[in-house]
Amino acid sequence: MTSDTLMLEELAQSEYKYGFSTDIEADTVPPGLNEEVVRLISAKKEEPEWMLEWRLKAYRHWLTMEEPQWQNVHYPPIDYQAASYYSAPKQAGEGPKSLDEVDPKLLETYEKLGIPLKEREILAGVVAVDAVFDSVSVGTTFKETLAEKGIIFCSFSEAVKDHPDLVKKYMGSVVPYTDNFFATLNSAVFSDGSFCYIPKGVKCPMELSTYFRINEASTGQFERTLLVADEGASVSYLEGCTAPMRDTNQLHAAVVEIVALDDAQVKYSTVQNWYPGDENGKGGIYNFVTKRGKCAGKNSKISWTQVETGSAITWKYPSCILMGDNSVGEFYSVAMTNNMQQADTGTKMIHLGKNTRSTIISKGISAGKSQNTYRGLVKIGKKATGSRNYSQCDSMLIGDKCGAHTFPYLEINNKTSQVEHEASTSKIGEDQIFYCNQRGIETEDAVSMIVNGFCKEVFRELPMEFAVEAQKLLDVSLEGSVVYIKRLSLRENRIKGKNDYGNY
Amino acid sequence: MNQQIEPVTGRDLFRQHFEEVEDRFSSNGQSWFMNTRKAAFARFTELGIPTRKDEAWKHTSLNPFNEVEFRPSDVSDVDSKALLEGIVFHNWKAHRVVFQDGQYSEGNSAINNLPKGLTIVSLKEAFSTHREVIEEHLASYAGEDENEAFVALNTALHEDGLLVMVEKGVVVEDPIHLIYLTTSHAHPSSTHPRTLVIAEEGSQLTLIERYAGEEGSVYFTNAVSEIVLGENAHFDHYRLQDESPQSFHIGTVQIEQGRNSRYRTHAISIGSRIGRNGIAAHLDGEGIECVMNGLFLTQDDQHIDNHTRVIHAQPHCYSHEVFKGILDDHSSGAFTGRIIVKEGAQKTDAIQSSKNLLLSDDATISPDPQLEIFADDVKCTHGATIGQLDTDAIFYLRARGIDEQSARGLLTFAFANEIIEQIKIEPLRDYLEAIIARRYRKGAL
Repeated sequence: MTSDTLMLEELAQSEYKYGFSTDIEADTVPPGLNEEVVRLISAKKEEPEWMLEWRLKAYRHWLTMEEPQWQNVHYPPIDYQAASYYSAPKQAGEGPKSLDEVDPKLLETYEKLGIPLKEREILAGVVAVDAVFDSVSVGTTFKETLAEKGIIFCSFSEAVKDHPDLVKKYMGSVVPYTDNFFATLNSAVFSDGSFCYIPKGVKCPMELSTYFRINEASTGQFERTLLVADEGASVSYLEGCTAPMRDTNQLHAAVVEIVALDDAQVKYSTVQNWYPGDENGKGGIYNFVTKRGKCAGKNSKISWTQVETGSAITWKYPSCILMGDNSVGEFYSVAMTNNMQQADTGTKMIHLGKNTRSTIISKGISAGKSQNTYRGLVKIGKKATGSRNYSQCDSMLIGDKCGAHTFPYLEINNKTSQVEHEASTSKIGEDQIFYCNQRGIETEDAVSMIVNGFCKEVFRELPMEFAVEAQKLLDVSLEGSVVYIKRLSLRENRIKGKNDYGNY
Repeated sequence: MNQQIEPVTGRDLFRQHFEEVEDRFSSNGQSWFMNTRKAAFARFTELGIPTRKDEAWKHTSLNPFNEVEFRPSDVSDVDSKALLEGIVFHNWKAHRVVFQDGQYSEGNSAINNLPKGLTIVSLKEAFSTHREVIEEHLASYAGEDENEAFVALNTALHEDGLLVMVEKGVVVEDPIHLIYLTTSHAHPSSTHPRTLVIAEEGSQLTLIERYAGEEGSVYFTNAVSEIVLGENAHFDHYRLQDESPQSFHIGTVQIEQGRNSRYRTHAISIGSRIGRNGIAAHLDGEGIECVMNGLFLTQDDQHIDNHTRVIHAQPHCYSHEVFKGILDDHSSGAFTGRIIVKEGAQKTDAIQSSKNLLLSDDATISPDPQLEIFADDVKCTHGATIGQLDTDAIFYLRARGIDEQSARGLLTFAFANEIIEQIKIEPLRDYLEAIIARRYRKGAL
């Protein structure tokens, strides 16, 4: 191995910064999964009868299902009876009335994570945050400001109580409880999540954000997000996640459903930074998530942007069902894997309506001994005449022990549609680094620049309003100076000898 | 009582076939090969006939195939002269080898003046005369990919086939024209032709492998070709599948390439009701070049599924793959191409593209180009397009007084011809050009 590949590999090392856990007394259901547990979760959340029925239907269906095997990620069999399916920070008596009453220790956790809820309100209304801690939503900021516009933004459990009609109408309409193994499991035991409804013609005045954190050991997190944009509404939504460092693997099986009616626009951005396990692949989160949006109305648009840097295993395909005529689906993704991480991610674009369009831009970066897979489906139905798709999947490999794989699936059923797929694989060239070095740019900065350039198409899709948020969450500036690889690579393990560049 | 007898199909059917031929295989000169056959059949039994639940067969349903009760092909005494008339090229120098219904047909073949260093012998004979070669090579390569079940079935059941050997440094000037012909039978018949090509170090060879059948006959061809290229060997391969529109064709080609060898193939599929091509190349040496050009034309309710797999096992190899499909009527097609770059195969240069044209609203296509890369210093690209004809090009032609139908015909012809025109064998090129011209240039110029 040459000295520069060694250096590149060193650059790609780093430590997980969010690996603290918070000592809060938690109300955790004993491990195991059976109908009683489902009933218990429902009871603890004081859910109405119809919600319990739905959960039980899902649970019974789940029993008949088998875990899928086709994926390009490998993990030891999960013992679904060993995990606990509900964990809530324990509160004395009633739940918090306002943010001030929330356990200060909990708030401290968020402080460390860089989303000080209290600060939010002072921070001139940039973002409204709903934070989910283990299984329970702990506080939603800016509820009143949003309510003035008629926007409902609350935890899922509140929505079940306060807006049952909306929940009943839309829950399961995009991801039915029979959808897949993990979505069905989620439907049975989901704990909390966010609910958002943007009424007709309303443009949401601020970015909405959900923040997920797994704190308790050996619990699974199963949250459920439902986002409905009524006719002509528009919203931008960001989701972030972290978890403490633990030796055991924890399952995160969330469901996100988006419904966009006529002329509605939804932008959903994810910055996923779950604990990836240590460098030998011990511990870390299994991130098996079902995310799907339905462009139910004409001229609607759903755009997914994801930056996936964490998790031991990432396995998800944020998808768009383009039902309405002229609807648009977009998918922008950066997936970075390091050490023993595995990722099998991509998207599905199902074109059903006429003149529907979709764009897929996927950037995969593999380092260490990781495996990074893009898998995506573009399906154009017979009636989706005049549809258009463009997909581009680029992979970058850092080091020679990692793998980058691309499995696009295209299914085209009419003659008036056009589909294009392109993919390429590259590495950081010695000449590129040499060029930068020559101009006085240090190697680590050069790597940052090159990777940033590689991901630029995706980064510029992230909402700029999130700059404050995203910086704190990811220590990444989106304006283009330093990229996340720098965070991943350069903090702790500064390269030993910068001038060890013997070749030149 | 008039009880309907359920037809025996699928796995059970082939078990019957195997039992029928078992005695024959164990009595003649190839009894020593019986263990391999038995093991292969056991493997087939274990795997069964693939269904759409198998990832590699998700685009191809074998239900129509499973409904047919095939018989092992009888040695037919049908005079196939008339049939061959439309297949062989006249005024063209080639070593012609014809297999009729799975059996070597001496009368139709012409392999009298073989140059020194070239051996062409029917596989049945080779079991006695070239036992060592067969022991070493036959059934040692093919079958690692998704066609495994059918390769195993071929290994177990193949009756005859061809062994071609080219000695070190020998350049064979005239191409070998290999024809597997199926005539019509009272029952649906099945054959399992097997081809083994061994090109030693520095040799050069051109092979045209053709599969054809009598129009209207229902049959099943399960062909397997294994090609072994020594260091620096050059091999030009043309594989033309032009079976009857009612037939089922499953073809597997496995290429083992040695250092600095060069392999070029044109895989062209026109016939069969359900056709499946599996082409896999194993680039196990440095400086190898592997070129795969494919073209499939479908109409009515045909289904053609192409699977290619290029394994870059060593550094500094080059592979280039272009597959084109033109689909009309209710037909459907699929392309799954996989490039695997193994650990250490640095400086790999791999290009793959799948281009498809749908001529009807009922035609469907599913291209799945796939990359699996385990080395960092490589250049790999793949692309897939599905689309219509370029509207600007149509406009250009129409502006020059060519009516729309003719303009479309011309452009479709040109799309297919990009593959055809690379064929170096003139009579074959003319033959294919005539086919695509007849099909797509209807009434044009």
